Amino acid sequence: MTSAVAAAGLGTATRAGVEVRLENLRRRYAGVTALDGLSLTMAPGELVALLGPSGCGKTTALRLVAGLEQADSGRVVVGGEDVTGQPTNKRDVGMVFQAYSLFPHMTAWQNVAFGLQMRKVGASQRRQRAGEMLELVGLGGFANRFAHQLSGGQQQRVALARALAIQPKVLLLDEPLSALDAKVRARLRDEIRRVQLEVGITTLFVTHDQEEALAIADRVGVMQSGRLEQLGPPTTIYSRPATPFVAEFVGLTNRLAGVVRGGDVEVRGTRLPLVQPDAADGPAVALVRPEAVTFANNEDTGPGPLVGTVIATAFLGATSRVTVDLGDVTILAQLPTSEASAHPAGTRVRLALRPDPVLIARDEAAAGRA
Amino acid sequence: MIAAGHPDVKTARRPREGGRRFPLHWIGALPFLLYVALFLLLPTVIVVVGAFAGKDGPTLSNITDLNQQFVLNAFVSSLLISTASALVGAVAGALLAYAVATGNPRGVLRRVVSSACGVLAQFGGVTLAFAFIATIGSVGFIRLWLQDRGIDIYSNGVWLTELPGLVLVYTYFQIPLMVLVFLPALDGIRPQWREATESLGGGTWHYWRYVAGPLLAPAFLGATLLLFANAFSAYATAAALISQGNPIVPIAISNFLTSETGRNNPGLAQALALGMVLIVAIVMTLYALLQRRTSRWLR
Ligand SMILES: Nc1ncnc2c1ncn2[C@@H]1O[C@H](COP(=O)(O)OP(=O)(O)OP(=O)(O)O)[C@@H](O)[C@H]1O
Ligand SMILES: [Mg+2]
Repeated sequence: MTSAVAAAGLGTATRAGVEVRLENLRRRYAGVTALDGLSLTMAPGELVALLGPSGCGKTTALRLVAGLEQADSGRVVVGGEDVTGQPTNKRDVGMVFQAYSLFPHMTAWQNVAFGLQMRKVGASQRRQRAGEMLELVGLGGFANRFAHQLSGGQQQRVALARALAIQPKVLLLDEPLSALDAKVRARLRDEIRRVQLEVGITTLFVTHDQEEALAIADRVGVMQSGRLEQLGPPTTIYSRPATPFVAEFVGLTNRLAGVVRGGDVEVRGTRLPLVQPDAADGPAVALVRPEAVTFANNEDTGPGPLVGTVIATAFLGATSRVTVDLGDVTILAQLPTSEASAHPAGTRVRLALRPDPVLIARDEAAAGRA
Repeated sequence: MIAAGHPDVKTARRPREGGRRFPLHWIGALPFLLYVALFLLLPTVIVVVGAFAGKDGPTLSNITDLNQQFVLNAFVSSLLISTASALVGAVAGALLAYAVATGNPRGVLRRVVSSACGVLAQFGGVTLAFAFIATIGSVGFIRLWLQDRGIDIYSNGVWLTELPGLVLVYTYFQIPLMVLVFLPALDGIRPQWREATESLGGGTWHYWRYVAGPLLAPAFLGATLLLFANAFSAYATAAALISQGNPIVPIAISNFLTSETGRNNPGLAQALALGMVLIVAIVMTLYALLQRRTSRWLR
């Protein structure tokens, strides 16, 4: 690295991430509330994934941070500086779009160098820096390709390199993997995470794919109707969902009828502790994770509330997901594959529910089905 | 490609008949190819042959006859009109197309403009000439109405039947044609490119200078060439509008073919036509080259 490059502040050396704060952001479009008071503080260098169903306001949140939309109220603070009123080109944000955002008449390196050109970096430094960035995303040999000569995954890598080349304060990615097929998606997801950690940049990653969010993020923010339902590390989001909506949106959930009594819920003859122990007594729907459903040690398959017939088994690798018909309801169990394969379709089995704390929903609307 | 069972040929699988197969997929294109042969290739051949044919065998005299002042004038007039109407049409049409492309994709403006352009781009000939004569001709009602208010648009002569008039009238179908051929290129411009430019620190000027401009330039130039060729080969509108004196090339050709005053000269007419064919061929080649460039980017 030449001293000139260092002087221009463009070395590969990481620039420490900055804190990014979204404060009570509101945005309405003709009749639609896209954001309804969203607040989120991202620690320096943190990767937060915004997860939520279509139309919940994820893209709007990201575009407000980028300055591509203006908030009706609320503030965006980047590294202590209020950028709410600033135009996009003054904000120092790197963006990766869903797809097709590379300039088609420029080669990969010209794309990556474009932001440096806007910053009036000299031609030779641009070229060198673009080369380094392409190396960083594993495309060192593709510098002279045009977008139409690259695969979808490669195009997104170039887009990532282009966004990072200007050493932005924030990296914003809006469903950058959704146009790719599953295998490329998983690989590029890990790649994005690797690069993000290497550069140490504060990153907001928008997705509607819960697996993606849980795999890549330091913290996941689950959104619904323009608000954050829950913000926390992936493990917490998954195992301790704060609301029925989160429980149902993140991971698969069995909905089993039960009765709340004295801080517990009784489900099919089994008493399970509650996440919300102050819940009022009465009938409720318990949200039980497939991982909490096991085969009972008791091999007796005589009639009982948890006795049924295996109707399908989905092999997932080390674990398998078994669908059991209990007569009035089918239930999903996620089990070690060795156990699952001992009980092929047609076998009668007795299940047990592990006493993990469960969430309850009072009705369909409360469960976020509205 | 005819070689039976070539492994690389990925057409729909047909049952094997053994031996050589007649390539059936050509049959569908046959009427079209016949049509092209009959009405494009054949006339071109006739023109080329005719241009070099004299009373007693092949001759270059028709070509050398082109070197006369009035012939050169006709070519200059044609080129001037075509260039002027192409430039005016291209700029105005591009602006209109831009307004449409940046507007609501299902809005009224787009629906109205695209259907109107589809019709107006084909509007020409006697009808168009009459429309102008009836409105701003020497006894057209707008002209008279303006005259009553002391504005004489023809104080320096009736320019409508001169070259400037022709440019104005041609613009009437050039602008819609520009909208039709340029709109797809504008629609191919993705909003992400502008947003990417901004996030990378560029402003509106940078966007047009480095992104949209270079992306649209070939399509714009190509469309302008198409407009040029369109005006260059137009005949009916001009014939209906222009009286006498410095005619454009198509009218000169017509005069040599149908003159009643003994100036019949089919050989020279064909030499003139050959000149037109050559100019249009050059323009269309450039157009095709530019078109290939943009279609690679804007998919
Ligand atoms: N430009 C706009 N004009 C009108 N309504 C809009 C506009 N942009 C977004 N909306 C509306 O705001 C709401 C939130 O949109 P947003 O794009 O943020 O959702 P999202 O979470 O990104 O959804 P998706 O997963 O489908 O991308 C939606 O109801 C959407 O219809
Ligand atoms: Mg979105």
